[in-house]
Amino acid sequence: MQRNGLITSPIRSLRSRQYHDHAMTILIYSTACLALLPLIAILWSTISHGSTRFDWYFLTHNMKGVVGGLYPYGGVLNAILGTLLITITATLISVPIGLFTAIYMVEYAHGGVISTMISFLVDVMSGIPSIVAGLFAYALFSFFFGPGCINGFVGAVALSILMIPTVIRSCEQMLDIVPRDLREASYALGATKSRTIINIVLRSSLPGIVSGVLLAIARVIGETAPLLIASGSVSFTNLNLFNGRMSSLPVYVYNQYAEGMAVCSASARAAVHPCIPGIRMERAWAAALVLILIVLFLNLIGRFISHRFSVSHL
Amino acid sequence: MIHTSSTHSTSTFVSRTLCRYADTIFKYITLIAGLIILFILTAVTVFLLIQAAPAMVGDKNQTVWAIRSLSGGRTIHFWTYVGPLIFGTILTSFLALVCALFIALGVALFITQYAPRPLAFILSHVIDLLAAVPSVIFGLWGGLVLVPSTYPFWKWMNTYFGWIPLFSGQASNPPRTVATVSLVLTIMILPIICSMARDIFQQTPVLLKEAALGLGATQWEMIKLAVLPFGKKGVISAAMLGLGRALGETMAVLMILSPGDLYSWKLLVASQNQTIAANIAAQFPESDSAGVSVLIATGLVLFVITFLVNIAAHHLTGNAIHTKQKNNIRHPLCINKQFIRCSETD
Repeated sequence: MQRNGLITSPIRSLRSRQYHDHAMTILIYSTACLALLPLIAILWSTISHGSTRFDWYFLTHNMKGVVGGLYPYGGVLNAILGTLLITITATLISVPIGLFTAIYMVEYAHGGVISTMISFLVDVMSGIPSIVAGLFAYALFSFFFGPGCINGFVGAVALSILMIPTVIRSCEQMLDIVPRDLREASYALGATKSRTIINIVLRSSLPGIVSGVLLAIARVIGETAPLLIASGSVSFTNLNLFNGRMSSLPVYVYNQYAEGMAVCSASARAAVHPCIPGIRMERAWAAALVLILIVLFLNLIGRFISHRFSVSHL
Repeated sequence: MIHTSSTHSTSTFVSRTLCRYADTIFKYITLIAGLIILFILTAVTVFLLIQAAPAMVGDKNQTVWAIRSLSGGRTIHFWTYVGPLIFGTILTSFLALVCALFIALGVALFITQYAPRPLAFILSHVIDLLAAVPSVIFGLWGGLVLVPSTYPFWKWMNTYFGWIPLFSGQASNPPRTVATVSLVLTIMILPIICSMARDIFQQTPVLLKEAALGLGATQWEMIKLAVLPFGKKGVISAAMLGLGRALGETMAVLMILSPGDLYSWKLLVASQNQTIAANIAAQFPESDSAGVSVLIATGLVLFVITFLVNIAAHHLTGNAIHTKQKNNIRHPLCINKQFIRCSETD
């Protein structure tokens, strides 16, 4: 412990030590300010640019029959519905697996070989790059259903690969902090282990689990790369998870951005409903605003639940 | 009377047996869920291998054509195709890691050691919110706001630090360059490193800190003597996890970087490098089946790289992370049992 500073400090004068201290304090304060900048900048850009096109029309129309910058300006309905469907399916896949694995890890496996292995695998799984998850889902389904099998469900499978480790980790932490006394009291009353887990442990850690799941949803709802590969995008509203491509908000943002500026003739610009060259960027920003609102909402709800109903408040 | 009593006892017997079975069934359900994890990871590897196999051992002719069309006629060999991509991936993420590590450490130290409690609370939540911003929004912001606005800065760097090889060459305008991408990646991995470092620093034993202060150390000397050595392993693992995230990042790179296929260190020049993930996302929609299998093979390479990084993180700090997640998380002194013996129940 003393090899770093105190041995050498008698050589340094008190003034130089204080000078160092002040310098580091200023440095650390400035990094803290610096870290605030990006979030503010991103929120500001998204809100100021996104509000141009963010209205009821945008939220309730899809991209069917939208050409260049011309009048039916199009909307984001297909992407919102696609995102909701895909994310809900991913949640339905990953929450049972994640929750039961967490229960196994905390309640049954007390540091055995299987639990160490699962814990290691969860670590590996949480490190899978999102695009690899998308490639996996694509590879899996094209192996069974022929090449080019791209639909909403493939995207949901890709997202659940990314979601499962997050769910396991947060559930594990929540189950871990349930006091041992509660479990022992339940056993003493004659309850079986499964009943104790369901009625005592799960019930008292429910708020934490719900908030963990919400945060996991917020994390995967913005994933773009896997959906770009596994779900694609389509201009009309597709509500069938198993048939045909399905748009989602992040992919919508990317596609609008990637298509670039629209070409408008002088006469089209002067029309009653003018042709707007930057329409795609406006749509991208507005869709980004929708996405960021959903993510922030989920985050705030999740954090509120975990803060308000955490075990210490019971 | 006897009759009813006997049926009653049979029914309790039946329900008890059911309960016992329910117990076993429940246990096996949870075990199966755990084994599914194993199964999924095996499946990921196996199916990626199956789909990538044609690119590695399949019809040579088809693969050659696929690689030639993917690389724009530059090469016909898989490894010469993927080499610059690996280089670009590692270059961008490593730069991002170096920048993010220092800022994240500063913020984590500020939150745990300097800031008053309400400010620390707000700041740590703001950082967590930054982690929640979807990568496509980082890409959009980077491409439409950051790229135009950072050009003067890169130009300045180029003029005054052009003698350093990294900043040499003619600074591109618009700067769709590795430098801008690394800046965005820095912002993206900052919250991950920061929140882990914060958790570790918070668990520094108060006794150690007070001992340092009691010996007359200044605040910074106390941090250097007590906090940083204590959190070293955790910080390294946080950095590794951040690196893993940066390696796999697709959208920000895809939306900002002007791709190239060189082994180039010129950060301020566009069209020099490309990353594996962004390359897959860019080429995937227009590829035929041979091209897709080549791209999946590059995805497999990315998977192996991130796997190695994560294993390294796991090994370096197996202890630091696992002790943190055990029951004794509440007591700050229990993190390291060398300092104080903690009872299991705490």
